[in-house]
Amino acid sequence: MSSSATRRAAVRAGLSLGVAVGGSGLAFGATAVTSGLSVAQACALSLVTFTGASQYALVGVVATGGSLAVGAVGALLLGGRNTLYGLRLADLLRVTGVRRLVAAQGVIDETTAVAVGQHDREAARAGFWTSFATLYALWNLSTLVGALGVERIGDPSALGLDVVAPAAFLAILWTRLKADPVARWVALGGAGLALAGTPWLPGGTPVLLAGIAALAAALLGRVPAREAAAVSAPGRAGGGPGTADGAGSGGTR
Amino acid sequence: MTLWLVIAAVGVGCYALKLAGLAAPRELLDQPRVARFADLVPVALLSALIAVQVLTSGRELTVDPARLSGLAAAVLALVLRAPFLVVLIAAAVTTGLVRALV
Repeated sequence: MSSSATRRAAVRAGLSLGVAVGGSGLAFGATAVTSGLSVAQACALSLVTFTGASQYALVGVVATGGSLAVGAVGALLLGGRNTLYGLRLADLLRVTGVRRLVAAQGVIDETTAVAVGQHDREAARAGFWTSFATLYALWNLSTLVGALGVERIGDPSALGLDVVAPAAFLAILWTRLKADPVARWVALGGAGLALAGTPWLPGGTPVLLAGIAALAAALLGRVPAREAAAVSAPGRAGGGPGTADGAGSGGTR
Repeated sequence: MTLWLVIAAVGVGCYALKLAGLAAPRELLDQPRVARFADLVPVALLSALIAVQVLTSGRELTVDPARLSGLAAAVLALVLRAPFLVVLIAAAVTTGLVRALV
């Protein structure tokens, strides 16, 4: 597949995910206002924080009347996984200066998923920026709509929207999981650790435990020279599907 | 007023965390094991998010037929090589239907 075709596929993946997940701001806006935030506060949180898990963590504490400091710490702990995503994206995006400052705001689950799912660096960049722009616009717009319309919107989970994000993550990891046995073990280990930690740890933080699975694989596994340091150069990807499901399979990673 | 301050602090803090990873020094990222770790982190964390979002409610592990069927529908769609958006729609519609019927 030509590099322009893989780029178009990346843009499509970014748009699809952005549209599919961006609307979930409706639920956030509604939850935030129900929890006691003003409409302006709900919108400010989405605009400035722009990472759903952290936003929910803070709002959850406000709802239960808990200490705001505890809520803030929980939100920051959850934001910690974006640091890890940033390590990966740094290599794919290679941004500096003002572009890096802008890109940083977009380092979240969904944009990382789209970027790492592409065949070459150029497509990864296209996927990142497309999903970032789409999600940022829609997440903030739907936060506002959800916050304003809180009484009129029913429970979003009734529509099954709560499985959209997990289904999207699975779709994006799919090819990688099929092709790479190490990734399968890391995925199982990460999921298991997070589930095991759920009853014991504050909401959201169990997901961070999954990092241990990646760490163990990185420390214990054999690392061939220069492996994983880069995706293939643009135009060298050749063949295979160039959609979001190309999550780093094959010899390019 | 305090809530506004906390919102600002969380916003700035979360942004700093994102930037910290993105601005990590090249030499660090070029270490093979760091690169390997960074490559596997999204796999581990996204899998954990899938598990947590489908199998837990609050701090409890739950078996929710609606969410499980939705994820199963996604798996089926993926096995059948359905396009990305179809996978998402299949999952949402299945979960919504099971929830409405059960």
